[in-house]
This record gives sequence, structure tokens and C-alpha cells, in this order.
Amino acid sequence: MHASLLQELFSFLLAIFVGWSLITKIPPVLHTPLMSATNAIHGVLVVGALIVVVAALGTSQLIVAGLALFLATLNVVGGFVVTDRMLEMFRKTPNEKGQAAK
Amino acid sequence: MTNLREAAYMIAAILFIVGVMRLRNPATARSGNLTAAVGMVIAVAFTLIGAPITNVILLLATAIVGAVIGAYSARSVRMTAMPQMVAVFNGMGGGAAALIALAEALHALAHASYPGLSEAVPGLFDMLVGSVSFTGSVIAFLKLQEWITGRPKSFRGQNIVNAILLVLLVLVGVAVLIVPTPSTKLLLDWILIVGSMVLGVSIVMPVGGADMPVIIALLNAFTGIAAAAAGFVLQNDVLIVAGALVGSSGTILTLIMSRAMNRSIFNVLFSAFGATVTATGSSERGEIHPTNAEEVSMLCAYAQRVVIVPGYGLAVARAQQECKDLMDALVARGVDVRFAIHPVAGRMPGHMNVLLAEANVPYDRLYDMEDINPEFERTDVVLVIGANDVVNPDARENPGSPIYGMPILNVDRAKTVIVNKRSMASGFAGIDNPLFFLPNTMMYFGDAKGALQQLLLALKEAA
Repeated sequence: MHASLLQELFSFLLAIFVGWSLITKIPPVLHTPLMSATNAIHGVLVVGALIVVVAALGTSQLIVAGLALFLATLNVVGGFVVTDRMLEMFRKTPNEKGQAAK
Repeated sequence: MTNLREAAYMIAAILFIVGVMRLRNPATARSGNLTAAVGMVIAVAFTLIGAPITNVILLLATAIVGAVIGAYSARSVRMTAMPQMVAVFNGMGGGAAALIALAEALHALAHASYPGLSEAVPGLFDMLVGSVSFTGSVIAFLKLQEWITGRPKSFRGQNIVNAILLVLLVLVGVAVLIVPTPSTKLLLDWILIVGSMVLGVSIVMPVGGADMPVIIALLNAFTGIAAAAAGFVLQNDVLIVAGALVGSSGTILTLIMSRAMNRSIFNVLFSAFGATVTATGSSERGEIHPTNAEEVSMLCAYAQRVVIVPGYGLAVARAQQECKDLMDALVARGVDVRFAIHPVAGRMPGHMNVLLAEANVPYDRLYDMEDINPEFERTDVVLVIGANDVVNPDARENPGSPIYGMPILNVDRAKTVIVNKRSMASGFAGIDNPLFFLPNTMMYFGDAKGALQQLLLALKEAA
């Protein structure tokens, strides 16, 4: 048990409470985009993947870390783009931007 | 430098939270997603600035390939395939989390510097949860894509086998902490990862296709928690905060979704829902009343209020545009047209809203279940297009039905119900639907797209 672990636990628990209280009354129309957006946010794993790639020494570490970076990039980029595409369609009036972009 | 990075991480974490806050309202949702993305760019940029980048080429090449594939597939995927796309991206995140922990373990073993319990335990947890999320999401993808059957696949005692497997995996984790030799530790790490991957498959296989959204939401929360665990391993605050945020909001979202289906999360996970369709009580089938485009067009054109109930069948046939055209044609005749959206219409909550928004249906015409249900008694014609289980009166009336208790759209209370289906085959959950045999129900057979086109033609001729 070191001091920074306590600090980390502190951030962790606060974030748990924030996440818990943010999602209470969400209209069903936003369930899918919200799931998709939080899916993109855990793409923050890309930060972790970068750290292990930078630290990697030797072939096996490089392969494992590189694969982690690849998967995390897919998660983060794909996640945000797909969410944006869903939300792009939420317009009040159909003619605001003409026909939906294909 | 470290302080600057910590400050950047703090800003990124705040942007994630603000992003989720803005996602709670349709008007600000898109900017919310963008806000979170900006936070992500900041976090990534400040991770790289000042870091001793020895593996630049590998790093750049990998990141670019990943980004291009991710962006391309997200751009090109059809809106109907959105749920499985989210599942795939989630699985990739889970895999990344497990691999980060493995890379860190390899690094530590190579330096013969064993991490303390406060890093080793989250690392093992990461391997377990990340791997479960990885293979679980892949199975969810395969089921939704219908590359494997959406029907639940289970064997007797599967839950017990899963529980035993989980206990064994935890024991493997404990063994990693205890054994002294690096090579044995590594071998056990691999056993833990492979075993967890098997567990992921085994957990998701028994879940029916109709429950897949709940599973994806749950696995999304899993990956969030795995990201937080990776944060403990690397002592990185932004991973901890963002991961915990997704873990808890994802859990709540999972509960909201399963509540919308009136199922507990345990029920979704452990009951192999729909695997056994037992006596449903509606064996006295009665007669069906087939109809045609002309008759339907007459009924709709002279109705005061028409409620359209779109289901996944509509999306599969890609008939959203025809649906919108039908709305326009009827509105032009002064008919009050509404869309009734069941919380789980489509394959994810909110999926149908997205699909209709794509076809430019204004969202003030979309009504949630609670708002539209009292209106059916004052509705002349209900047009059910490609929906089945969400309008099954057995859910309300027949305690023997597997979906008994699930909230449904009470379309059977309208004067006339027109059901468009390709055939009399049962729905996604494989359950009989007595709605089709009611005296006020007419069956309009045909593929949704073709059927709506014919209906539009018939409406034009009648004009």
C-alpha cells in the first residue's frame, strides 16, 4: 500500500460516482449513441498502449505492445467516428441540411 | 514535464465527463461526442510529448493502420449493422486492455523487477476481464451479423461450468502472484488469457440474439473497468478516471436496457432465453386474414390517425426511405401519422430512432412506448412493419409465454392492425404471436421495401 495507490483509488471511486450519477434519465433514443460514445471513451486504452509501446524492449514485448496499440487505435478512432455518424442524423427538421449524406 | 502531462490528463478527464453530460440531450449529443474526442486527442498528445520514443516507426505505422481501418469501417458500415460495429470496437478495446497488462508483465519479468501487489493484481484482473470482453464481443458480433446462429446455444450445466472456470482462472491468477520463477509466471499469464477467452465465448453463446444489446452494453462496461485496471497497472490517472466513468455509466445503461425488456441482467445472462419454446398457450391458432396493397391504401388514406410500428424487419429490408415517403403521402392527405418506437425496436435501444432519422423522419413524430400506448384506442390503423415480439399480446396476457411481462406496444387495441411480414415465420426470439390471428388484424405479406412501394403506388392511384 503506497500513497499514490490511495490517490488512484480516490480518483477511481470519484469517477465511479460521477458515471453513476450522470446516467439516470436518458431518453431511449440516446441509449445507442451513449453506449457507442462510452465505448469510444474507453478507447483511452490507446494512452496505455502508447506507454507500453514506448517502454517495450525486445521482440516479444514489441509485438504484444504493438498489437495492443493497434487494437486500441481501432477502438478509439472507430468508436468516435461511428458515434458521430449516428448523431449526425439527429436533426430537428429534415430539411436543415438537405438529404442525409450517404 | 510530468506535471504538464498530469494537467493535460486532468483536462482530458474533465472533457470526457462534459462529453457524457452533453450526450444526455439529443440537441447537444453530437457536440458531446466531439468534446470527448478532443479530450482523447489531448490525452494522446501529452502522452507522446517528451516521451523517449525509441520505437517511432512501429508506433506510427501501427497507429496509422489502426486509425485508417477504424475510421474506414466506421464510415462505411450500414446503419443497420451499427450494433455489431460497436461490439467489434468494444472487443478491440478489451483485447488491448489484456495485451497492455501482458506487455507490462513481460517488461517486468525481463527486468526481473516484480511489481507490487497494487500493480500485479490489477494486471491479472485486466487480462481476465479484457480477454472475456474480447471474445465475448466477437461472439456478439458474429451473432448479430448472423454468421453464426442468433439462437442461444448452451449445454446442460453450462452456468456451473462457467462458474468453475472462473474460479479456476482466479486460482491461476493467485498462482501467478505466488510462483517465484519468471518463466512459470509467464506461462500462467498465458493460461489466464486463453482461459478467459474461452470463458468469454462460453458466457455469450447461450445469450439469444434479441438480448445482444444488453450483452454489448455489459461488455462495454467490462472494457471500461479493464481500462481502469490498466490505469492502476501503469499508474496513469486518465486511464483510471475514464475507465471508471465508462465502467459505472455502462453498468447503469445495461440495467436501464434490461429494465426496458423487463428482464433482469441475471436472467439475460443465465436463462438461455428463447432456447426452449415451451407451451405458449396460443395453440388454438385461429385464422389469418391476408390483405393487399389496395385495401391497405384505402384503410390508411381514410384514417384519421395512423401509427406506424417499425421493427428490425424494416431496417433489414432497408425500407426506411419508403416508410418516410408513406408518411409524407399520408400527411399530405391530412392523416395524423405517428411512429411508435419500442425501447428495444431494432437491435439496440434507440437503434430505430437512428435509422428513421437517417431517412429524415422528424423526431417529433417519433413516440416512445409510454406516450403512444394510451393512444392506440383512438387509432384507426396501426401499420406494423417488420416488428413481431414487441407487439405480441402474449407478453401482457399469457403467463406461460417466455416473454410474459415484457412491456409491449398495445397495437391490438387499435381499430385495425395491419402487419407486414415476409411470411408467417416466428420473430427473432422464436415465439408465437397471437396478434396475427385476431379478428381486427390483417396480414400484408411481402418484403417491407416492396410492400411499401406497392402501397405508395396504390395510394397515388387512389388520389
